[in-house]
Amino acid sequence: MIPAPFRYQRAATVSEALDLAAEGGEDATFLAGGHSLLPLMKLRLALPEVVIDIGRIAGLSYIRVQNGGISIGALTRHHDLEHSGLLARELPLLAAAAGRVGDPQVRHRGTIGGSLAHADPASDLPAVLLALDATLVAIGPRGSREIAAADFFTGTFETALEPGELLTGIRVPRPASPGWSFQKFTKRAIDWAIVGVAVQGGSVALVNMGEIPLRAAATERALAGGASPREAAALAAEGTRPVADINASRDYRQHLARVLTARALAEARSGHPRRKS
Amino acid sequence: MRVEVTINGQPVAADVEDRMLLVHYVRDVAGLRATNVGCDTTSCGACTLLLDGESVKSCTLLAAQADGREVTTVEGLAGPDGELHPVQQRFHEEHALQCGFCTPGMVLALVSLLRENPRPTEAQIRSGLEGNLCRCTGYHNIVRAALAAAEVAR
Amino acid sequence: MTTILGRRVPRVEDRRLLTEGGTYVDDLELPVLARAAQVTFVRSPVAHATLTGIDASAALAEPGVVAVLTGQDFDGPAPDEEMPEPVLATGRVRYVGEPVALILTDGRYQGEDAAELVCVDYDPLPAVVGVDGALDAPSLLFPETGSNVASAGGDQPRPDDELFAGCEVVAAGRLVNQRLAPVPLEVRSAAATWGDGRLTVWASTQNAQITRDMIAERLGLDQAVIRVIVPDVGGGFGAKIGTDRDTIAVAWAARHTGRPVRWTETRSESMVAMIHGRGQRQDVKIGGTRDGRILAYRLDLVQDCGAYPRGAYLASLTRRMAGGSYGIPRVECGYQAVVTNATPVDAYRGAGRPEATAAIERAVDLFAAEAGLDPAEVRRRNLLSPDQFPYTSPTGANYDSGDYAAALQKVLAAAGYEGLRAEQAQRRERGDPVALGIGLSCYVEITAIDWRNGETGRVEVHEDGTATVFTGSSPQGQGHATSWAMLVQEELGIPMADVTVISGDTDLIPVGTGTYGSRSLQLGGAAVQQAAAEVRERGRGLAADLAGASEDDLDLDTTRGLWRVRGQAGTEIEWGKVAAHGGGLAADVHFIPKQSTFPFGAHLAVVEVDTETGLARLVRHVSADDAGRLVNPLIAEGQRHGGIAQGVAQALTEEVVYDADGNPLTATLADYATITAAELPAFELVASETPTDINPLGAKGIGEAGAIGAPPAVQNAVIDAVAHLGVRHIDMPATPQRVWAAISAAEAAT
Repeated sequence: MIPAPFRYQRAATVSEALDLAAEGGEDATFLAGGHSLLPLMKLRLALPEVVIDIGRIAGLSYIRVQNGGISIGALTRHHDLEHSGLLARELPLLAAAAGRVGDPQVRHRGTIGGSLAHADPASDLPAVLLALDATLVAIGPRGSREIAAADFFTGTFETALEPGELLTGIRVPRPASPGWSFQKFTKRAIDWAIVGVAVQGGSVALVNMGEIPLRAAATERALAGGASPREAAALAAEGTRPVADINASRDYRQHLARVLTARALAEARSGHPRRKS
Repeated sequence: MRVEVTINGQPVAADVEDRMLLVHYVRDVAGLRATNVGCDTTSCGACTLLLDGESVKSCTLLAAQADGREVTTVEGLAGPDGELHPVQQRFHEEHALQCGFCTPGMVLALVSLLRENPRPTEAQIRSGLEGNLCRCTGYHNIVRAALAAAEVAR
Repeated sequence: MTTILGRRVPRVEDRRLLTEGGTYVDDLELPVLARAAQVTFVRSPVAHATLTGIDASAALAEPGVVAVLTGQDFDGPAPDEEMPEPVLATGRVRYVGEPVALILTDGRYQGEDAAELVCVDYDPLPAVVGVDGALDAPSLLFPETGSNVASAGGDQPRPDDELFAGCEVVAAGRLVNQRLAPVPLEVRSAAATWGDGRLTVWASTQNAQITRDMIAERLGLDQAVIRVIVPDVGGGFGAKIGTDRDTIAVAWAARHTGRPVRWTETRSESMVAMIHGRGQRQDVKIGGTRDGRILAYRLDLVQDCGAYPRGAYLASLTRRMAGGSYGIPRVECGYQAVVTNATPVDAYRGAGRPEATAAIERAVDLFAAEAGLDPAEVRRRNLLSPDQFPYTSPTGANYDSGDYAAALQKVLAAAGYEGLRAEQAQRRERGDPVALGIGLSCYVEITAIDWRNGETGRVEVHEDGTATVFTGSSPQGQGHATSWAMLVQEELGIPMADVTVISGDTDLIPVGTGTYGSRSLQLGGAAVQQAAAEVRERGRGLAADLAGASEDDLDLDTTRGLWRVRGQAGTEIEWGKVAAHGGGLAADVHFIPKQSTFPFGAHLAVVEVDTETGLARLVRHVSADDAGRLVNPLIAEGQRHGGIAQGVAQALTEEVVYDADGNPLTATLADYATITAAELPAFELVASETPTDINPLGAKGIGEAGAIGAPPAVQNAVIDAVAHLGVRHIDMPATPQRVWAAISAAEAAT
């Protein structure tokens, strides 16, 4: 299987990427690692006429402490997140979740920016960054702007990015509370999450429980109000309308959200989260 | 478009369609047929090769993305005198291959894994092979071969 | 005297596969194929429809498009069958993926572009989905036959009070043996040329000769006109037995257009257009005494054949093995084979025997649970004993040899059965949410079921002292080049390195059957061994002539491959001289045994079930698989490993799923859950070798054992893990959702 014909263009800088995007208009798309986009193009579910390869733009792959938080370049690969010593100390939730994306080959190519911009409801990192209260930085024809993770995801495969706008980085504040957990429930190791739960302190975000990554708001409110983790977890699926597919009915997904949230809260409290070996 | 890739140390250059996948560049342009296509959803890992030393699935990369980079296929793994790479050698000794179709990708996935983690546990090897399907061996001897190859590398 | 047989010899095939990769059909770089057109199929996107028109004009206008061929163009003879499978659909399509048109293009990428431009008009018909759909629906796939039932047979049911007379305990249940996709890692692939009055076809198949004969029949050609060549094959598992309509269409396209053609399907095509396996609904009823003696067993099954009933025979195979490895006095099996709007079902690793084993092994566990007995104990009390062989089962199978109880005892001991039961009890006691389950299965299966066809072998010794083997067997990774060379070395003393094994070329090996049904070693291997033995005896005469001695005084030193005259030091005659003296030295054998063989064994699975999420994880798998005498244990173990993994996959992860309209929901490897290394433990193999006297090697088949023995062991283990919660049965695959639903239902019922 091969993609429908398109024109390949390579951008060396952000401004070049923006120019090419402006030129290409609605028929153009950015290509980072390509591990979200190319599979869709091969199945001919995505049919861009222009593909702008941003994979070689210098200076967009980094993980560093900046302004009291952690800044991550959009082209930082899952593999680099997974093995970053800085993240292991500062954002172990993100490092652990990145290590569960796809398989080693996918993690060698896939990028955090690509994963966020693709906005697959079953994707791990969007919910993780939601739980971490991250801010996304985008540059477009009208300059740079910041978008809260909570405002970034607007639907299945849809984000707040304007046409021609490029996601360049992610800023994550240092978590106020160190307890964290990432629970990814799959049938097989390689699969997308049937349901996932990311916990950082009192923040709880859900993977694949709706069209976009969701905060388990009722759980968070209960925790803030002094409920036990067990009581709070029982509310994790409140207000969700997850998809039903061959792996899980809606009821089962909601059940899993409650079970996994309970486990995540317990693990976050125990203070010794296990990294996937 | 013009794409130049160094494959197994040899420069290869060709004008190809913009949409050409790296696996087809390696197979059809460079004529190296060991790298196989087993699926179209980045699931099976048969097309795994090394890009700048790291395992990637070449069916999910455009040839253009590898332009100017270095690719290693299983044809480039043995020593100049034909001496097998430790992973290849252990695959033979442990009967870690049957039909051979997944083998090039499986070997290269393990070469990459062992570079990153020279002392893997069995669980780490199994988890590290999550992206490579084998339908013949039940993975049993592949995992044994990987453990044995790690032992050699120490 | 040292023997190489029974030694763990690493394979001679490996070095090439590890350094250059195999040469599969898509890898062929032959001058005759240099300008081959690429074949791309247009396939039906709907499950059931009348085909009202095909407009290829837009596709034909595209650059690189050579031709678009349809069923209207096809000129081969129509098969004389009630439910015929056409080469290209005409009039009606019956499953998603059915080939409707064939596009020839200059380049690989152009074909996929052109396929999108072929306009096909489908007038939808109600889809027949699943066996209930086939039996109940007013919609018929072949209206002229008046029914969706392709065949029916088996035993006439006796009244229950007769069949289950004397039974103090009776258990019954409905089981689903789900549809599976075989998924050889190499998809189907073929190339073909027509020239000088001959059709040459390169195909990824398990049998060159059957492929030749099928193409000849469908194209109306003489078999001698066709040459089929089989290069390396990247796995088959039954799905590449003979050939499919697609390859026949490729061969026809070469003949029809005169242009060389080649075709390799995509995985997404393969998931819907290569055959599927299994697909049975089974109603079981089992009865016996309170102390665990099983007296009667009845199996009623419906085989889902998919759109064309090529696999209807699977039902009768299941019937033949219905009673399993037990001495049950009364066994009945009745069956129906029905057509549905889905991919055709045919042989997949085990073909009919995994279904039989799954049914009886679940039934035995249902009986044990109903009687309140330990499932190991129930099995022990009912297994056939060694003094009962040869044994003719109530369904007509002639079991040759075995020690079934010994195999069971070995796995129980190796697994530490009592200890596992104790740990299970402790977990239950303390309310551990991760439950432990222990599952058993005992099996007997049938290999070389088509023993009447036998297999061919030819051994030639050349003047340079090397040997060549021509075998009718046709490997897809089973290591024949190694095992056959071992057999030649054993008989002739010619070292393995000097033995070349050739297979899969109908001009070189006109008569042969190929590799499927765990037949190759016991038929093809036996043929090679006997051919080598004949060569040895002819060589003895030639050597005697050379030495001027009596044949009776000639000895073959098989450690060095030299003839010697007894009592005459210094007389050493090499094979090369012997062959030269004979002006060539060869023997042909077509080995035909007197019946099939019946391998057997026992499997024990240990699973952990997360009772909160329903996730079942296999933590141990212990098996004793007895395939008679082993030529190369390394290879035999590899066969067991692979079979076990596919069996575990059936029990836990894999299932082909269709929606209510017959649309496949598992049409890519992202959706169809093949098992990976990350879901499996290391397997614990227990040795067991009980020879058979059916062939001179004493060998039975081993290729399918794991896929037959493993599924019920794992399934029984999952159910055992949650039995204390009130769960009685969970169908395969025991996915997290299915296990969770079973636990929830049991909780709701209490």
